[in-house]
Amino acid sequence: MPDTHANIFEQQAANRRNTILVMAVFVLFVGFLGFGFDVFLFGFSHGRRAFSGFPIATFAALLLGGVSAYRGLENGARSILDSSGALPAPADDPRYTQLHNVVEEMAIASGLPKPQVYVIPDPDPNAFATGKDPDHACIVVTQGLLDTLDREELQGVVAHEMGHVRNFDIRLMTVIAALIGAVMLLVEFGSRSMRFGTGGRRGSSGRGGGGGGVILLVFWVIGLILAPFISQLLALAVSRQREFLADASGAELTRNPGALASALQKIDAAVEPTRSIKRGTAHLCIANPLGSSLDDREGFFSDLFATHPPIRKRIMILKGMAYQHA
Amino acid sequence: MGPLLILLILAVALVAWAIMKYNALVTLRNQVANGWKQIDVQLKRRHDLIPNLVNTVKGSMEFEQETLQKVIAARGAAVSATGVADAAAKEGVLSGALGRLFALAESYPSLKSNENVKQLQEELSSTENKIGFARQFYNDIATKFNIALQVFPGNIVARLFAFRPSELFEIKDAGERDVPQVDLSLKK
Repeated sequence: MPDTHANIFEQQAANRRNTILVMAVFVLFVGFLGFGFDVFLFGFSHGRRAFSGFPIATFAALLLGGVSAYRGLENGARSILDSSGALPAPADDPRYTQLHNVVEEMAIASGLPKPQVYVIPDPDPNAFATGKDPDHACIVVTQGLLDTLDREELQGVVAHEMGHVRNFDIRLMTVIAALIGAVMLLVEFGSRSMRFGTGGRRGSSGRGGGGGGVILLVFWVIGLILAPFISQLLALAVSRQREFLADASGAELTRNPGALASALQKIDAAVEPTRSIKRGTAHLCIANPLGSSLDDREGFFSDLFATHPPIRKRIMILKGMAYQHA
Repeated sequence: MGPLLILLILAVALVAWAIMKYNALVTLRNQVANGWKQIDVQLKRRHDLIPNLVNTVKGSMEFEQETLQKVIAARGAAVSATGVADAAAKEGVLSGALGRLFALAESYPSLKSNENVKQLQEELSSTENKIGFARQFYNDIATKFNIALQVFPGNIVARLFAFRPSELFEIKDAGERDVPQVDLSLKK
């Protein structure tokens, strides 16, 4: 027990650190995009004064990046809930009584305030948690999850999500989800302006921006092309690591790892993809909503691209815990 | 002048450390107290739900008056229990009586299909779970507090300000360790 507690504190600290890191990298990336504007658009239009003038676009981009990173932290949960079509589950609705009870039980077991409860009207079983911190957390389940699982299995899944809440995984994952969306938009915007920019450059090509300018342009373009890809990979890597620990946290809360194992089995058996959950939020879910068979394989390629560790491996570990308990 | 300054700095650092340690212990002690309150909240909730349950099932379960009486009596005893050990024992009896009532209710088709009863059963079994999880959390946090009191060098601060270790929640009555008996033989 003291070991798992030590792990949780390390995890919380690491998540807080990584959230700041991700936000900083994002702001720098946006600044880098703005810097490109300064050099290639304003720089060329002003002749050779590329670096001497005030880098207005870089500054504006840094400001914009800072604001949108902050908004990602504050409003990221809201936009994730909206984009997945999650609806608040009223506590007095008899259909959701059991769900609310189970969430409250897990909140008591973890000593945290009860998160808000949302339901997605989608027949595929899945669940995720989001929010800024444990005081502003939301637990989201699909209607399919409520229909497929029995009470103990539902408790196992909610405990897994409560583990994400307690470990501050939700903060990091929410910020990443929000910033992936922002990166996509920026890259779109950037590559459009680049076409416009290089078009203008061709007209004044005789003057020549120097070798340094060309190298910078190459870096800028490569950065632009790779950014969405890298940010996706980052989200996947961050998510995969955290699933095992959340499984363990869930088992610690319910002291019933077998129920989570059988819930994962049922979720795995439902092969249909969860349509309501978009690619950008896949890394938040308890099981890959895209129904990818990648997650079932092991090896370098699937290690790099899978959002989740192989579900069979997770079930095996949970069953091992159940065996030790018995 | 030199050595004096170093001593002064050391003394300030020591006092600062002791203050931090003291505050951490006070925080933990309050969390332990709050954990204990949570158990009480859930027990109270169970007491409030039982009259409702008994009224709902009374009509359909007229042949089980004895079981119903036992539940009511156990609730009465639990409500008026004084002291931790007494309360634990009486709540244990109440848990057993409720378990038997629900086991019996299974054999009444009209009860099994009754929405009210289903809702009440969900509420009560959730409350049972909440009591269990509240105890589990209390034990976890109390263990953390006790460890903080005992490990070196924090134990010096704990001794200095007379912090006392918290008692863990244990099942005092051996009867509560038993799973309620459920008769699965096919009668009738």
